[in-house]
Amino acid sequence: MHIVVCLKQVFSTPQVRINPETNAVIREGGEWIINPFDEHALETALALKDTVGAKVTVITAGSQQAEAVLREALARGADAAVLLSDAAFEGSDAWATAKILAAGIQKVGAVDLIVCGKQTMDGDTAQVGPAVAEFLGWPCVTYVRKLAVEGTTLKLERLFEDGFEKVEVVLPAVLTVGKEINTPRMASLKGRMAAKKAQIAPVNAAALGLAPESVGRAGSPTRIVKMATPPKKTGGIKIDGSDAAAAAKTVVEKLRELKLV
Amino acid sequence: MTDKTQFSGVWVFAEQREGVIASVTFEALAKGRELATKRGTHLAAVLLGQGIKEKAADLFAHGADKVYYVDSSALAGANSDALTAQLAALIAQYKPEIVLGGSTICGRSVFPRVAVRAQTGLAPDCTGLDLDASGVLQATRPAYVGNVLATVVCPEHRPQMATLRPKAFKKGTPTAGRIGELIEAPAAVGDVKTKVVEVVRDAGNQVSLTAADIIVSGGRGLGGTVHFSLLTELAKEFGGAVGASRAAVDSDWINVSHQVGQTGKTVSPKLYIACGISGAIQHAAGMGSSEFIVAINKDPGAPIFEIADIGVVGDLFTVVPALIAALKNR
Ligand SMILES: Cc1cc2nc3c(=O)[nH]c(=O)nc-3n(C[C@H](O)[C@H](O)[C@H](O)COP(=O)(O)OP(=O)(O)OC[C@H]3O[C@@H](n4cnc5c(N)ncnc54)[C@H](O)[C@@H]3O)c2cc1C
Ligand SMILES: Nc1ncnc2c1ncn2[C@@H]1O[C@H](COP(=O)(O)O)[C@@H](O)[C@H]1O
Repeated sequence: MHIVVCLKQVFSTPQVRINPETNAVIREGGEWIINPFDEHALETALALKDTVGAKVTVITAGSQQAEAVLREALARGADAAVLLSDAAFEGSDAWATAKILAAGIQKVGAVDLIVCGKQTMDGDTAQVGPAVAEFLGWPCVTYVRKLAVEGTTLKLERLFEDGFEKVEVVLPAVLTVGKEINTPRMASLKGRMAAKKAQIAPVNAAALGLAPESVGRAGSPTRIVKMATPPKKTGGIKIDGSDAAAAAKTVVEKLRELKLV
Repeated sequence: MTDKTQFSGVWVFAEQREGVIASVTFEALAKGRELATKRGTHLAAVLLGQGIKEKAADLFAHGADKVYYVDSSALAGANSDALTAQLAALIAQYKPEIVLGGSTICGRSVFPRVAVRAQTGLAPDCTGLDLDASGVLQATRPAYVGNVLATVVCPEHRPQMATLRPKAFKKGTPTAGRIGELIEAPAAVGDVKTKVVEVVRDAGNQVSLTAADIIVSGGRGLGGTVHFSLLTELAKEFGGAVGASRAAVDSDWINVSHQVGQTGKTVSPKLYIACGISGAIQHAAGMGSSEFIVAINKDPGAPIFEIADIGVVGDLFTVVPALIAALKNR
């Protein structure tokens, strides 16, 4: 089985702000990390490698510095890494990102399974996984929390708001996963040493057969026209809770006034 | 690029589970009605399922002028292969200008796929929607874990698609007996490769977090699993659901399905009560858009007080029981 894991490099977010004058995104004081859910996608693939045997390829679309998340994945046990990088990819929305990733995965060759995180913490769109599936014409099962392989069939449990569903899908397929599915492993020292030496050559648009205007800003159906800092709540009243009964009475009265109870 | 003049009408995908229409659908219909009126066009709902034709009445009552209904066993559950194919087929045939749905698990699984098939853009998980003079949908959505509010447009492709964050928009008041045009369309569910074997409802979690109007959440301040029963009791008084911070989940006091925040669920209830939660940015990202926030925390400097409408500075172990008592003798 050949599994591809889609990983995105994101900036740890508490520090992300908007410059009120330029509306540019300011990233400072944080660090670049693997998107948290993608760590679970990677672990899903590595666990299958351990149990049923698989080749695991990790792929990312990003700038040269996104190579760091690929090396981290190699250190944890991935077998191969693909960096899709080209100036023409800049400004891609989720739709165009999925198109680039789908082209990259096709270039990887015979793939049976693709695992994505359920959502990124910068774009937050939860769109790329299902869209990759659609570009490839594959089925997609989202929010998977448990999986078992039986031959070419995957037996899955996928979450719903009020429970879960048992689902079966025949490979090839795309899955998206959240943190419910597993606990990501750490890299071993040996893995880190090997990952350091790995050669990761960037793959550009031409190599993927993608016309520059079909991706990036030009190839994206959506555009961000404004970035703003959400109106800050100013906080309301503060009451002293040392007399619990009195405080509770005040709260309940207020809630009743607002017809919340 | 699309010939935009061929597209008209505002559509709402009516999400249903076992014939019960999701409340976000009514929220989308209220917003859709407003957009359709502004644009001088009609509002339609798309109802996909099996044996639920009579549910169209609810959609008409909530403002739909037309309901497209497709009856098929493949559409009975929430199979995203089938829903994707069907919705994409209807869009290709009838060419709506705007298609709205809920940013629920179903909507988030189906809409991105439909957008690829229809070769158009999608603004997911929106908290605000408006139209400009030329009919371009201005979709505002939180990004970067709620630190940024981005306005997204899809100027050149049609339809313009968006999913709405549950509870971020208001439902309208239904007009009983309001009628519209029911259009029954043939099934076109394509090649369904995913088989749903069993649907299991989580009995322990009666009120789903994202659908709840009231959420009572606990954090590290609760100090242990046993104390969550205090919150369960409070939630019961309110008829609400129980949420948690990641600290409480990581301590194994409560199941991860209750986690609110950046790596948990995003909720916008009418009332959110945070007990023993400091209000870290990653937690606030998941609940900051709640309509009314009550915080109980013994540290007057806790950041949760910056976003709380009422902050009670005190010990949750005395304040919560007092709240339960006050609610009991209302
Ligand atoms: C990538 C990433 C993702 C994350 N995702 C999430 C997420 O999805 N959700 C989330 O919640 N967090 C998330 N976090 C963690 C977040 O940063 C905080 O660590 C977490 O929210 C803290 O939980 P807490 O408020 O319960 O605990 P604490 O910060 O320890 O706060 C406990 C509070 O309880 C109060 N308290 C203690 N005892 C009492 C008492 N008897 N009565 C009243 N008050 C009392 C204290 O004053 C304190 O303010 C994430 C972090 C990272 C790095
Ligand atoms: N640039 C990217 N490179 C690789 N994978 C990505 C990229 N963007 C998104 N993904 C994958 O798609 C998932 C959903 O992303 P998003 O649609 O941005 O919320 C992520 O968890 C990743 O697995």
